[in-house]
Amino acid sequence: MKRIALISTLLAGALLIWGTRDFPSWGDPNAPASRHVSPTYIEGTVKDTSIPNAVTSVLGDYRGYDTMFETVVIFCAGVVVVSVLRRPDA
Amino acid sequence: MDAILTEVIAKYNYWIYVVLMMIGFYAMIGKNNLVKKLLGMNIFQTAIILMFISSGVKKGGLIPVLDKQAALEHGVNSALINNPVPHVLMLTAIVVSVSVTGVALALMQRIHRRYGTLEENEILEKMDR
Amino acid sequence: MKKDYSLPQDRPIGPSLIIGTAVRVMIPFVQLFGLYVIAHGHYSPGGGFQGGVALGASFILMAIAFDLKTSLRFFSIRANALMASSGVFLYTGTGVLCALLGGLFLDYSAMDALLALGPVEWRSMGVFIVELGVGLAVTSIMASLFWDLSSGGDLEKGL
Repeated sequence: MKRIALISTLLAGALLIWGTRDFPSWGDPNAPASRHVSPTYIEGTVKDTSIPNAVTSVLGDYRGYDTMFETVVIFCAGVVVVSVLRRPDA
Repeated sequence: MDAILTEVIAKYNYWIYVVLMMIGFYAMIGKNNLVKKLLGMNIFQTAIILMFISSGVKKGGLIPVLDKQAALEHGVNSALINNPVPHVLMLTAIVVSVSVTGVALALMQRIHRRYGTLEENEILEKMDR
Repeated sequence: MKKDYSLPQDRPIGPSLIIGTAVRVMIPFVQLFGLYVIAHGHYSPGGGFQGGVALGASFILMAIAFDLKTSLRFFSIRANALMASSGVFLYTGTGVLCALLGGLFLDYSAMDALLALGPVEWRSMGVFIVELGVGLAVTSIMASLFWDLSSGGDLEKGL
């Protein structure tokens, strides 16, 4: 069992490293991740929302819908742990 | 040889995170104890988070917290400021990681109460009996 | 299960003077720092999640250094449930309020109809209200997760 796990781990690692041939280099300003919507957020964060922290303005304003469901997720985790572990006082 | 060296210097951060991912992956499938599997999952999630954060760095980039006066006067040059979007997505990923760890530990307490052990092969034997 | 405390490694440690004094001095500063990180999310790295975890960690510190009952005395279970629910309610309630006032869901500039500050300023204020809700929810859930997991559900005796 451990030998199968080791072989499949090495195979998956080799496949992933072979897959990084298409990645942009580290620190490239023209990487696709930094080109489509991210300059809009950086340039608009003080003009449109008057918040100098770009991370907070993206988290709370431009992508506030995701943060709302994030809060619901952590609330659900608390409710699940209470309901699984607490026994009723019998 | 020169091409391989250029490739290594350009992308060695992704390779380090792939190694960390594979350590967590081996722990998830190769270990028997449930707590060790959960720790493997945590290592995997940490490697994914680090990989995303490192993909948004620009050479000579400043942090995404701007100076309000300078931004109102001159405007910002977005090629010099690191990408804030991976940071936001990874905040969500960290919160999901904490939630999954909490629920998994609670389920493990119930499994231990019911079967008396946390080793996967012993639990499967007791379930089949 | 009643344990037999004959072996030295089984005996509980009991209250300690050094840990008790150090933690009693440290906890108010940790809570103040957590509130500072929540409030300064606009101007420095921080925000709701980060400050909420620091604030929740202060209650976990109280439960580890002293007793679990001490932490429950300062932050009761009922207050915990109310704070978590009110954090989520504050976030969703802000979104619904913006929708009721004429804008889209979570469009903070629609709250300009209530109190005229300008749409750009209301976006900043809306993010602050929302981060406050997130901080409340995260701090109470952190404390509740630790209490339930360390005592196995009955909240009697922790780690």
